[in-house]
Amino acid sequence: MNNLDMLESAHLRNDLPDFRTGDTVKVHVRVVEGGRERVQVFEGVVIARNGDGTRASFTVRKVSFGVGVERVFPLHAPIVQKIEVSRRGDVRRSKLYYLRERSGKAARIKEKRD
Amino acid sequence: MSADAVKEEVDVDETAEEVTDTDDAVAEEATEEVAEESGDSLIELTAIVGEKLGMTQVFTEDARAVPVTVIKAGPCYVTQVKTEGVDGYNAVQISFGGVKPNRVNKPDAGHFAKAGVAPARHLVEVRVDSTDGFEVGQTIDLGASFTKGGRADVTGVSKGKGFQGVMKRHNFKGQGASHGTHKKHRAPGSIGACATPARVFKGMKMAGRMGGDRTTILNLEVVDVDIQNGLLVLGGAVPGPKGSVVIVRGAVKARA
Repeated sequence: MNNLDMLESAHLRNDLPDFRTGDTVKVHVRVVEGGRERVQVFEGVVIARNGDGTRASFTVRKVSFGVGVERVFPLHAPIVQKIEVSRRGDVRRSKLYYLRERSGKAARIKEKRD
Repeated sequence: MSADAVKEEVDVDETAEEVTDTDDAVAEEATEEVAEESGDSLIELTAIVGEKLGMTQVFTEDARAVPVTVIKAGPCYVTQVKTEGVDGYNAVQISFGGVKPNRVNKPDAGHFAKAGVAPARHLVEVRVDSTDGFEVGQTIDLGASFTKGGRADVTGVSKGKGFQGVMKRHNFKGQGASHGTHKKHRAPGSIGACATPARVFKGMKMAGRMGGDRTTILNLEVVDVDIQNGLLVLGGAVPGPKGSVVIVRGAVKARA
């Protein structure tokens, strides 16, 4: 392990669940509004995971009132309080950008059966 | 060798006096003064030489991601103390980087042997106001030189970019993409007047070799200091590629 990895490892979180592209997750985000902190939940499908080390991030997509909303979260950032995996998806690619062109039934993701 | 060692010796003397209790008060005062002086003279050089390991990012307490450069700083030893009387200016010469002893030439080997320091690859001179408190052979202490939250200047040799045009090298605007511009989109334009002066002025900004220059970046924040591993974590970018040698100094323009 080189020194850079060693330094990074101190900033990595190990309290995060194992999740991958296609999973449906609930991301508990810390939001500071006028000095008060509260937790907001963003639920959607993980359509991408990017990077590694402290730079790792993931993209969550949901459809809110008919409008597609995507948020990119830094995986190890302190603003992410908790990640809950609510559904395991069975997908065959690492990036699900094709979901942006689809809606309704066509945008469904199979559930993973073990 | 170091100031600590001197201090210890003084402490031993004092205890010896207490036990024997033969010396008069004047002598005791004198030893105390010496102790104080050695304490004051523990000046740390706010400079260290290191190797750029690379960049990463860390999160601060207020959940912000900060881009940082990690520098493997030291170990550095003082190899020579230059004084105004002898050399005409005050400076401290420090060594950095391991080298095989058989690769060191005889003049350098002699220089290191005189200082009582293992041969090193790099020697760097740092100007100081006063050389008091610096001793040949002394180790540069990373923790005492730089503290978390402080500011530092970093000097290094920037990455070579090769032969570059004026747009990249001097931030020229180039010329229009359309409106009849023909094969001159990235050209500099005029480089001077006509029969007067009938020449191009020296120093005219033109295309040429870019990068590979000694560059100093001022006022970088010291994000973290890992004394155990000898790592210095600075906010922002530092000149040069990974593995290059950089000189880190206390910031000259730091705001109080």
